[in-house]
Amino acid sequence: MSELLEVHDLTVHFATEDGLVEAVDNVSFSVRPGEILGVVGESGSGKSVTAHALLRLIRPPGRIVRGEIRFEGADLLALPEARMGAVRGARIALVFQSPRTALNPVLTVGRQIARLYELHQHVAPAEAWRRTIEMLTLVGIAEPERRARQYAHQLSGGMCQRVMIAMAIASSPRLLIADEPTTGLDVSIAAQILDLLRALGRRTGASIVLITHDLGVVAEACDRVAVMHAGQLVEIADVHTLFKRPLHPYTQALVRSIPRIDREVAMEPIPGAVPSLLAPAPGCRYADRCARVLEVCRRERPVLRAAGASHEVACHAVEVESGTAVR
Amino acid sequence: MPWRRLARNRLSFAALGAILVVTVAALLAPWLAPYDPDEPDAAVALASVSVRHPLGTDLYGRDQLSRLIHAGRVDLLVALSATAIALTLGATLGAAAGYRGGWVDHLVMRGVDAVMAFPAFILALAITAALGNSTANVVAAIALTHVPIYTRLIRGEMLKARETEYAEAARTVGNRPHQIVLYHLFPNCVPPLIVQATLAMGFAILTVAALSFIGLGIQPPQSEWGQMTAEGAGYVVSGEWWLVLFPGFAIMLTVLAFNLVGDTLRDLLDPRMRGVR
Repeated sequence: MSELLEVHDLTVHFATEDGLVEAVDNVSFSVRPGEILGVVGESGSGKSVTAHALLRLIRPPGRIVRGEIRFEGADLLALPEARMGAVRGARIALVFQSPRTALNPVLTVGRQIARLYELHQHVAPAEAWRRTIEMLTLVGIAEPERRARQYAHQLSGGMCQRVMIAMAIASSPRLLIADEPTTGLDVSIAAQILDLLRALGRRTGASIVLITHDLGVVAEACDRVAVMHAGQLVEIADVHTLFKRPLHPYTQALVRSIPRIDREVAMEPIPGAVPSLLAPAPGCRYADRCARVLEVCRRERPVLRAAGASHEVACHAVEVESGTAVR
Repeated sequence: MPWRRLARNRLSFAALGAILVVTVAALLAPWLAPYDPDEPDAAVALASVSVRHPLGTDLYGRDQLSRLIHAGRVDLLVALSATAIALTLGATLGAAAGYRGGWVDHLVMRGVDAVMAFPAFILALAITAALGNSTANVVAAIALTHVPIYTRLIRGEMLKARETEYAEAARTVGNRPHQIVLYHLFPNCVPPLIVQATLAMGFAILTVAALSFIGLGIQPPQSEWGQMTAEGAGYVVSGEWWLVLFPGFAIMLTVLAFNLVGDTLRDLLDPRMRGVR
């Protein structure tokens, strides 16, 4: 299948006073048309930075050092800034983590959506407003006419997130990046938001990259999952494979850390914390936390290798055990 | 609702009323003034307060009430134009400096520092003295001395606003920088701008009056409060008290009113004061 988005060796560095922080390190993955790809990892694993890098929204002191982002046949990193503006919002849209602060406090929510139609589709204000109401109806907001004339602080958290989603899909993007869209929402509202995203994905055929730290969200909504740890992508697989047969020690630990109420298995937290990304040691960044660490792990960075149909993993231990090591 | 709370504060409400009265008087000066402000009448020269001349007359027998009303017109117009120019210029520079940062920020802020290095009044004085004291030059002088106020204010607000998530959101949907600044960020800077402009209006009126008082502002025969005060000052000893009292009172009342309203607006628009009476 031809891919909608292909990311190769994406590397993002942040220059801080203490030195270079390697926030995203040689990340490669792809997104297929119409699928929902989950990106999971602990805080600080580089999920959000990766998402922002896709839209080239990394601002100094951050810098995309290397890599290629192919989207609809063009390398986004090579595009002039003016043409990138046409990609943002129109072809790739971003749903923010905290909808309330991502909405402008002094503009009505309807105005903010209508503005997008005027910006990207150059329609007259009246027509833009009509489409705005339509869009608010689509994302399940009751009384859209009234709500459109209200400000963010007059709406509930769930409603703000619906507005954000309406903004994101307003110009029918091919790729929707949702950065922790359900954080801060209560469980039932979060479930509704996920349902909405899934339904919209199906309806419009857009692909969704769903960034989250919640494996429950992944299991519920995603087709495939990419697991990130300390700025590196360690495993990528379809959602069933990942939960049934995780290969990377980190993924296995993540799956084991899900609290289970149906079995008498104690929840196992992952030992250690995300390592500092400040001038990290060569090799696998999970080495210090890993139970199956080998000598080679500290020397050489493992690369993603196929480990089955639509299953890739970056781990020396897995390679050695399965005999796929090519040395 | 700011307006309702403004109404609750009696002093500020009175001040707002005073501004309104002065403004209406200035707008309707030709119809409100009982006499032609420049028409001399030797028969009533230096006449005291009376029914025919409620605020007395000056050396040439010109009606002081009429002159005062027409003077208000000039004072308000000069202060308003200067404020409008300074606000436009200052907000533009401040927005560019704050949002763009880098060398633009350095250039603008060092320019602002240079202007601020001079005491505002001395600078205005120097400009009118050097360029000649036409009304346009008085406006320019006051506008220039007020530019830094707005530049610094808006730069600070922009620095705050550009880091917000809604600014980030505006960038992600493909807005160009100038669209982000104008459409998404600037509206968030308006409340402090209104407060500052109100306070600066009072200060601008004071500056026009002061410049005219020392003869470098609005020139006779056009009447102006500061200039009338200066003329009247010579008669204090000889007993013609109305000549200095009324124009002086007009300046004081107007400036005080703008300051009071500005202060109250600041309190009302300050988020920390929300919900406090």
